[in-house]
Amino acid sequence: MSDYTQMWSALGLDLAAHDALLSVLGGAYQDVFLSQKNRPEGMKYFDFVMSEVHGLRIKELMDAKAQGRIVVGSYCVFVPEELILAVDGVSVGLCAGAEFNFEGAEEVIPRNLCPLIKSAFGFKRGLVCPYVEASDIVVGENTCDGKKKAYEVLGPMAKDLYIIDLPQMKHGTGKTLLKEEYGRFITKLEEKSGRKVTAENLKKSIAIVNAKRNAIKRLSELRRADPAPISGLDALLVNQVFFYDDPVRFTASVNALCDEVEERVRKGEGVFPKGTPRLVVSGCPMAVPNWKVPFIVETSGAVIVGEESCVGERGTQWLTEVEGATLPEMLDAVTERYLKIDCAVFTPNPTRVDHVRDMSGRYSAGGVLHYSLQFCQPYLVESGPAEAALENSGIPVLRLETDYSQEDIGQLKTRIEAFLERIHQV
Amino acid sequence: MRAAGLDIGSRTVKLAVIQGGETVLTRKGLTSHDPLEAARALVNGTEYDVIVATGYGRHLLKEHLDCAVISEIKAFALGATFVHPSARAILDIGGQDTKAISLNEEGEMSKFEMNDKCAAGTGRFLEIMAQALGYTLEEFSRAALSAERFEKINSMCTVFAESEVVSLTAKGALRPEVALGIHRAIVSRSTTLLRRIAPVGEVFFAGGVALNGCVAALLEEDLRRPVFVPPDPQGVGALGAALYAHGSAR
Repeated sequence: MSDYTQMWSALGLDLAAHDALLSVLGGAYQDVFLSQKNRPEGMKYFDFVMSEVHGLRIKELMDAKAQGRIVVGSYCVFVPEELILAVDGVSVGLCAGAEFNFEGAEEVIPRNLCPLIKSAFGFKRGLVCPYVEASDIVVGENTCDGKKKAYEVLGPMAKDLYIIDLPQMKHGTGKTLLKEEYGRFITKLEEKSGRKVTAENLKKSIAIVNAKRNAIKRLSELRRADPAPISGLDALLVNQVFFYDDPVRFTASVNALCDEVEERVRKGEGVFPKGTPRLVVSGCPMAVPNWKVPFIVETSGAVIVGEESCVGERGTQWLTEVEGATLPEMLDAVTERYLKIDCAVFTPNPTRVDHVRDMSGRYSAGGVLHYSLQFCQPYLVESGPAEAALENSGIPVLRLETDYSQEDIGQLKTRIEAFLERIHQV
Repeated sequence: MRAAGLDIGSRTVKLAVIQGGETVLTRKGLTSHDPLEAARALVNGTEYDVIVATGYGRHLLKEHLDCAVISEIKAFALGATFVHPSARAILDIGGQDTKAISLNEEGEMSKFEMNDKCAAGTGRFLEIMAQALGYTLEEFSRAALSAERFEKINSMCTVFAESEVVSLTAKGALRPEVALGIHRAIVSRSTTLLRRIAPVGEVFFAGGVALNGCVAALLEEDLRRPVFVPPDPQGVGALGAALYAHGSAR
C-alpha cells in the first residue's frame, strides 16, 4: 500500500485516530471476509477496493478535483447519482457504518439517535472520514426526523451542506415536490461545478447508473441458485462498494464476477453445501463496515440470499426508464424512479412488504430477518405489521433490533440459531 | 441409552440425564467466572452415551466436549413439552435474559422473543433489588406476598431502579410494599412480552425466577391464564437438551 499520509494530512484528518480506525477495519475485514471459504476469484477486486477505500480511491477523488470536477458526498439512496454524473461530478457515499467516536457525537446530538446518524457525526467530528473531508457538497435529505434535525447540527461543521426535501406520501403532490427538489438540486450542482445539466449528458449518466444497477440485478438473479454461489457477506460487500467506486469500473467488475458466478451455478458449485438454510434480510441499511448480523448468520449454518435494504434491492432494483428525449422528460423519469423507493419514511408503504414476500419466494428463502437499527423509528414501527403480514403468508420472520456495538453478539447468535431451528424443525 | 443435557446459563449450570424416558439424574452448580470448569465439575463422574449443550455457554462447551449444541429456546420448548404437554406458551426468566416462546399444537416452538442487551427485569435484577432492600431472595418474595399495597417502580434498568428503591425507602416507604412494586414491575414486563408472542393457552413458567412464588402468583393474576410451574423450573433447558440428545442418537 502506498503512503497516503500527506494526502490524509492535507485533508485535515486526525492521523493517529485514522490509523487506529484503519487497523481495526483491516483486522475485521480479515476475520469476516478473507477467512471465508470458496470465495469467487472475482471478489479479489472488491478486496482490493476495500483495502484502498481510504487510499487509492481518495487519491482518485483528489485527482478528479484537480481536474476541476466536484465531489458530492451523501448518506442516502434518494440522492440521484445521475444528476451528479451529469455535471461530471463524482458521487460517493459517506461513512456511517461503524461505532467510532460516539462520545464525540453525543456531545452534540442525543444519545438515543440511531447508530447510523451517530456514526456520521462520530466520523465527522473525529476527522477520520476522508470522503466527507474531500466532498465539495455534502447532501443531506429529509428522510426520518432523526436525520432531518441532525443535519441542522451537521450544517455548521460541513463545508457546504445541501438539503433535499422529500415527500412523505407518494400521490400527486409528493411527486411534484420531489421533482421540484431534484430541479433545485440540479441548480445547486450547476452552480458548484460550473457545468450545465443537458439532455445529452443526463442521458449518458442515466445509462451509466442503469448499467451499474443492471450488473447488481444480474448478481441478485444468480443468487437464486442452490447451492448459493456467493456468500451473503460478499454480495453485501458488492452492494456496499456500489456507493464508493467509480461507476463504470464497478459495473465491469461486477459483470466479471457474474461471469464467474454464472459458471459456478452451471456446475452446481457453491460457497455452502446445497440445502443450507436460506434467509432474506429486510430493513435498515448496513453501511460499511456493518457486517455484524450477516457474519453471525453465515457462521451459524445459514446463508443470506437477498437484501431488501437501501444497501441492496431497495436501492438498486429500479432503473431510470427514459422515454422522452428532452431534459424535463428525463427529469420526470428520474423522479418517477426515485419515488418508487419503498423506504419506511413513506406512509403508507405497502410495496415494501410485497417486495419482501416476492424476494422470499424468488430466492427460495426459508425465512426473513427483519433488521432494525436501534432507535430507527420508521423501520421499528413498520417491523410489527411487516412481521404479521409475512407470517400470515407463511413466511417465518425474526425481528432483530441492534446497533453497531459488539456486546450483543451472543444474544443475537442465540436468536438466530433458534430461528434456524424453528425453520428446520427436527 | 443414557442421554445427557447440559445447560450453561449466566448464573447456574444445570445437568440432566435421562434413560428410558425417565430423568435419572439432575445436578446444579454456579456458573462462576469459569463456566467451562463449572460445566466440567458437573459432568465429572457422570455416565452418559451422548451429550448435548445449550445455554449461553454452549459454544464454549462444544469446543471442549465435541458435542452438538441447540439454542436454549429450542431446549426449553422440548423440555416444557415433555414435562407438561398442554402448555402453549413458555415464559423463561433466567439470570440475564427473559424469553417468551409460543408452542404449536405439536408442542414445537413457533415464535419467540427475548429481551435486549440489558438484564432489566431478569433474575439478576431481582437479586440486586433484594440486596438493596436487605432481603435474601426467599425473604424478598415472602415480603412481597405479605404486602397489601405496593409502591410503583417505574424503571426496569437495574441502576435506575436501585436508586428509585433507595429514594422510596428514604421517604419511609415500607419494605414489603417496595418489594411488591418490584415484583409487579417484572411481571408487567413479562406479560407484555407474552401477550405479543403467545397470546393464548396455558403458560409454562421456567427459569430460576419461577422459584419465586410471588412472581408466579402475580403472573397468573395479571394474565388470567393458567400458569404452570414445574417442580424443577431451572432444569427445563438441561432436560430439553437431554431429550434432543436422546432423539438425535436414536
